[in-house]
Amino acid sequence: MAEITTLPDAIAQLVHDGDSLALEGFTHLIPFAAGHEVLRQRRTELELIRMTPDILYDQMIGTGAARRLVFSYGGNPGVGSLHRFRDAIEHDWPRPIEIEEHSHAGMANRYAAGAARMPFAVMRGYAGTDLRERTEVKEIVCPFTGEKLAAVPALRPDVSIVHAQEADREGNVQLWGIPGVQKEAVLCADRSLVTVERIVDTLEPRPGGVVIPGWVIDAVAEAPGGSLPSYAAGITARDNDFYRFWDKLSRDRDEFTAWMNDHVLETTTR
Amino acid sequence: MTETRDTTQASTGELQTIVAARLLTDARSVFIGVGRPSTAALLARMVHNPDLVLVYESGTIGAKPYRIPLSIGDGELAETADTVVSVPEMFNYWIGTGRVQVAFLGAAQVDRHGNLNSTVIGDYGHPRTRLPGAGGAPEIASFCQEVVVIAPHSPRTFVERLDFRTTVGFGDADGDRDRLGFTGAGPTAVVTDLGVLTPEPVGGDGARELTLTQLQPGVEVDQVREATGWDLRVTDEVRTTPPATDEELAALRELVNR
Repeated sequence: MAEITTLPDAIAQLVHDGDSLALEGFTHLIPFAAGHEVLRQRRTELELIRMTPDILYDQMIGTGAARRLVFSYGGNPGVGSLHRFRDAIEHDWPRPIEIEEHSHAGMANRYAAGAARMPFAVMRGYAGTDLRERTEVKEIVCPFTGEKLAAVPALRPDVSIVHAQEADREGNVQLWGIPGVQKEAVLCADRSLVTVERIVDTLEPRPGGVVIPGWVIDAVAEAPGGSLPSYAAGITARDNDFYRFWDKLSRDRDEFTAWMNDHVLETTTR
Repeated sequence: MTETRDTTQASTGELQTIVAARLLTDARSVFIGVGRPSTAALLARMVHNPDLVLVYESGTIGAKPYRIPLSIGDGELAETADTVVSVPEMFNYWIGTGRVQVAFLGAAQVDRHGNLNSTVIGDYGHPRTRLPGAGGAPEIASFCQEVVVIAPHSPRTFVERLDFRTTVGFGDADGDRDRLGFTGAGPTAVVTDLGVLTPEPVGGDGARELTLTQLQPGVEVDQVREATGWDLRVTDEVRTTPPATDEELAALRELVNR
């Protein structure tokens, strides 16, 4: 059953140097507060996994916490480039980073296979692309029809972290709005943490709500506003201005480093 | 195009959006990313096709945003959608099955066979420019019933050879799509700020190549040739794109200013 704890304690317990770490949330419910706590605790040599690295992984890559990145779309959604992601790949700053990239369909199927504890997922995809030579995908023949299909290996991160709107005191979690791959991310990992906007006495069923039972989660920590500048539907709004601001700020290494020191690394968890 | 712009006329960029929107007049559903594709699809719902179903890869099906979203996951998309699904469901049940009719895609590079690069400029291992990567594009282009590419017309974008093939249009030769098991028709139009390219037969073997078939008003064929990195084929009778109607232009400007 999920232990209800503080965010610093949860990160200290669950995330270790060198871990493979998936912080999911597809544009919505990105676990910024948890990612920042990982940085404050100076975790390093991480393999970071995320479909859309977004600003959060730009920050984690730019501070040098990652040795490897597994992803499918490394852009600032609707704005342009992720400059720290680009600088790491183009110029090895602040350190070289190994990458493994997929299509969204590939990543989504890899998470689903991991959640099912299957070794791989079968899908139609990657055919005819240069991605095939550059990533983990193999051809597989359907034993029933002979059709050639793509096989992608399951994702089994050491730790997955997602953000949700609510948990009850037993650690049962409910999220609503865009569900992304959060359920799959929690179920495919060895260890999992869910940060929530608030802890309530009783979860009230929501339209489209996804409930993750507390007994498949290791830790739940309250982190109000913990997905900003992403958002938690019904509670916080996406800070589109911050996404535009980041495009300017993150172009410069020194400005980026100063900002991270002032706003993340040398702060305490709210 | 250096003279002071007459604001009662559509700019080339505005007309590009308007042309893309017109292509959705009879469509049932469209898969869109953010930026110009999203603006065009919203405009189509306002002017041509109020029942058009907008599908965003964040999992929102039937979204009815009032404002142009900044990201594919903006709250308004989920709040107004007919249904919101997970990412695995979006790709396996909705995209991979060909249930979505038209897909609007952008790219950093396009070749004469409508193949797209959104991964790197330069060498993959040591790229000059690292681009965002594939996202949903490879499977969207394989399985949506048709693809419309929306891109700015320049020799940097329309290239003889892609630095990386992220997404297959027609591959290298006629029949490649069938051989690869794709169920969608592939690119049916490339809408640029200078005109429209469509895949037309070359030679007798059924192979097709992107060919200039429509020009924006006031644009010369040579201008488009210069902005294209391969020896561009031009159809015998190039049409001039009908100018923006007052209704189209007013609706677009109102939408952008919301």
